[in-house]
Amino acid sequence: VCFIPGGSDCSISFVSHVLGKVCVHGRQKEILGVLVPHLTDLTKSDCVWQRICWRLVECVPDRWMEAVVLGFVQGAPGADVLSRLLGNLVVKNKKAQFVVTQKMLLLQYGHTTAVLQNLLGYLSLDSLRRTLLLRVLQELLETWSSSSAVKHSPAEQQLYISKAILICLSHLKEPEIESCRQELLTSMMEGVKCHLDSSLPQLRRLGMVVAESISLKINTEGPVLKFEYEEDDETRELKSLLVQTPPLCVVPSFLDDESEKADAALPLVPESNEKPHTAAPMMPDEELDAELDSDDDLTPYDMSEDKELKIKAPVYIRDCIEVLTGSRSEDVDKWEATVKALEGLVRKNPAATREVSVELAKILLHLEEKTCIEGFVELRQRAQVAVLTIDPIPVAKYLTSQFYSLNYSLRQRMDILDVLVLAAQELSCPKFHGKTKHSGAQKPCIQLLRGSDSSKDWRRIVDERIKSKTRRFDMGQSHVELASRPNEFNSVAGHFFFPLIQHFDRPLTTFDLLGEDHLVLGRLVHTLAILMYLAVNTMAVAAMGKALLEFVWALRFHTDSYVRQGLLSCISSLLLSVPTERILADMTEELLETQSWLGDVMEKDPDGDCRRLALQNLLLMENLKKKLEAIPS
Amino acid sequence: MALPPPDPQFVLRGTSAAVHTLHFSCGGPEPDIPLLFSGSENGFIHVWNLKTHRVDTALDGHGRKSVYCVETMGGKDRLLSQGRDQRICLWDLAEGRTSVTDSVFTEHVGFCRCSLLKVAQGRWLMAMAARSLEEVQILELPSKTSVCTLKPEVGAKLGMPMCLKLWQLSCDSQPVLLAGYEDGSVVLWNVSMGKVLSQLICHQEPVMSLDFDAEKAKGISGSSEKVLSIWSVNEQQNLQVYKTHELVNAGISDITIRADKKILATAGWDHRIRIFGWKKLKPLAVLDYHTATVHCVSFSDHSNPRERLLAAGSKDQRISVWSIYAQT
Repeated sequence: VCFIPGGSDCSISFVSHVLGKVCVHGRQKEILGVLVPHLTDLTKSDCVWQRICWRLVECVPDRWMEAVVLGFVQGAPGADVLSRLLGNLVVKNKKAQFVVTQKMLLLQYGHTTAVLQNLLGYLSLDSLRRTLLLRVLQELLETWSSSSAVKHSPAEQQLYISKAILICLSHLKEPEIESCRQELLTSMMEGVKCHLDSSLPQLRRLGMVVAESISLKINTEGPVLKFEYEEDDETRELKSLLVQTPPLCVVPSFLDDESEKADAALPLVPESNEKPHTAAPMMPDEELDAELDSDDDLTPYDMSEDKELKIKAPVYIRDCIEVLTGSRSEDVDKWEATVKALEGLVRKNPAATREVSVELAKILLHLEEKTCIEGFVELRQRAQVAVLTIDPIPVAKYLTSQFYSLNYSLRQRMDILDVLVLAAQELSCPKFHGKTKHSGAQKPCIQLLRGSDSSKDWRRIVDERIKSKTRRFDMGQSHVELASRPNEFNSVAGHFFFPLIQHFDRPLTTFDLLGEDHLVLGRLVHTLAILMYLAVNTMAVAAMGKALLEFVWALRFHTDSYVRQGLLSCISSLLLSVPTERILADMTEELLETQSWLGDVMEKDPDGDCRRLALQNLLLMENLKKKLEAIPS
Repeated sequence: MALPPPDPQFVLRGTSAAVHTLHFSCGGPEPDIPLLFSGSENGFIHVWNLKTHRVDTALDGHGRKSVYCVETMGGKDRLLSQGRDQRICLWDLAEGRTSVTDSVFTEHVGFCRCSLLKVAQGRWLMAMAARSLEEVQILELPSKTSVCTLKPEVGAKLGMPMCLKLWQLSCDSQPVLLAGYEDGSVVLWNVSMGKVLSQLICHQEPVMSLDFDAEKAKGISGSSEKVLSIWSVNEQQNLQVYKTHELVNAGISDITIRADKKILATAGWDHRIRIFGWKKLKPLAVLDYHTATVHCVSFSDHSNPRERLLAAGSKDQRISVWSIYAQT
């Protein structure tokens, strides 16, 4: 449809009607794809055309207004163009205002960053519309800082809202920031609290980035809020939104040079100023060499004995125990040397370790960093894993009982879980050349030293397992066969698993898994999933599976998405580890119920990872069924 | 074939506490007994007779708080000692007396040893760390009048002064102070005007000790890290790094250059005393006798070069006395 200008007053309401009808039928792209470029050119300098354009959109009937406005916002190449095309439509028309300020920002979240930039830029370009911009910012901040929104809305929506907030902030001018400084501060404090409470690292990072940006805007001088987190593409993109490019570029590309400007704009706490000059070292003059060197009279003595001072670590395990529990604070060198040498000693002296294993485990669990050793946490963890693998049953009994005891910190309880998993991993893997070696093709390494995002590992692990299970043809003997050993995890798997699962619903005064401590619950669930996975081919696996299924069933409606992800991982490991015959024999009804629950999760769960895991589980179940049908009975 | 390092000539035992500071007084004419003063952690100053190798007198003037600096003021009859009781005491030891004639209340709670410089007959300048965190106060002794207070500028963040050395090029030139600070920098101060002449970052860790050779305008500083830093003062009174020397083990408590400027000794946290040639910092010997960190080293002031000694005091409560490179 080519728009031919008329020279006199004419009514273009019929054009508006046509436009509206076409848009509401879903043909926005086609018609606006032609219309918008034309109008862009025509309205560049011609006021008459601008007014015509405004009349055009104003006359669209209300029932089609949403489709038209949406189309324009999506189709305009920039905020300034949108401003020229729509004029003050949002101020004049209630429906348009609703679509722009409420629907597109709070109720939908599928639009691209460019569309957000268009929309918010459009609101900022005219003084009449700027009040709307402020209102929009307030509402966005309300959503961002509401704890129920953080808990229940999908991560994608939260990302969208965060982006919108940052773009709004980038458009605000000083006097406007002044007027709403107090509200910004309050929302920031509340919002950052909700975000940091979340168990998902992505949400925590989102909260941190947005809080830093708000703090940057409201405290232009003086120290600003600065969090420590790992930068990745998402955080860099978010930070780049804070800086607005001048409205000349057609399609804003935000990464790269903007992010550098934005990074430079974030002021760190001012470092101490003048560092005095350090001149380059002067080379000794050659004249001195020519002089008779009276130092030649002084013959040096033999200095071959002069080596690095090494504090000797104790050689016996019982000596180590003495050093670690000793209260003499002067022997810190010896203490350090002991901590560094402990893992090696434990592994070299299994018999001696077995005599004192529980005592050693107790000491290590309570060991605190006395001096500043590099990698203390890792050293301690490795020593604990070593003790646990040398003498699994009593030490596992001790550790699992301590997990549910009073007066431990959350960090200690999570450390117990990590140690159990690492030891289980070591026990269940065949040793290659005397060292534990994980052949990359067969079993991916489970890194649990820091609070890891185990859902990512799980995707990898389950995918590989599925791959290894469904392929039928032989891969050939291209890889070296690992030496086979009896599975040491077999005899102890139950000791690791059942005590952990027993008391989860019994709250203690300082520790309530089903209440506040849902982070630990999430870690516990993931730990159980890994233990289940590692228990493949053990005798206890069927009993473990049944217990795990009951456990999952009890917790399946938990509100924390990290916990739910863990529960779904439990189901995956269960399906992969327990032999099919046992699943069918013992757990048919429970599995059917689980299947319907999985279907529900797959459709309705707000978290994307949960939905994906549920789908994977359903596929695994399908595979099971097919395998059964394939077996000739 | 290099000779193995020598053993100590003798070892003084009997302080019953870690030895923090040593000072020789052997320059007197023949009937005078060569003495060694030592300050210990239990607050006693022991006067050792170097002929009999026994303690002649024990001075108790710091309330059993550790003594970390002793110096003589023009002969063995006048002694200055500094202790952790925040006092500097002046002693009169002539004719067998052992009395404190005067004391200065420094209000300094750190470990910075004071530095003495004789400016005229019977007059000394003393630099000491003062009460306020970064300041150094210069007093005139024995009148105890304050000459000036050296305050670093606001925001310099030097930290505490760790070691001081007052010196002057010749008798009538201006006295200057070299101060090593907690942030690893050495600052050259003009005492009369009270301002900084030059500042140089020598170390990443606090400067533990420094010594200076006024004739060559070269100094050396040691820190808690593995590096010894040698720097010089040029004609414009600017400090410049001359070279650095890396040690085998980290940590230096004390450095001292012998009076003939030929060798220097360092006291290490690794229980060893190291001897270097001063001219080019050539490592000469590693003396390994003590079983705990060596806190202080000191060269004697014997007028006969052959009798010169080196003493080292350590946390293992012993003072080892060595005769090394005495023939040159």
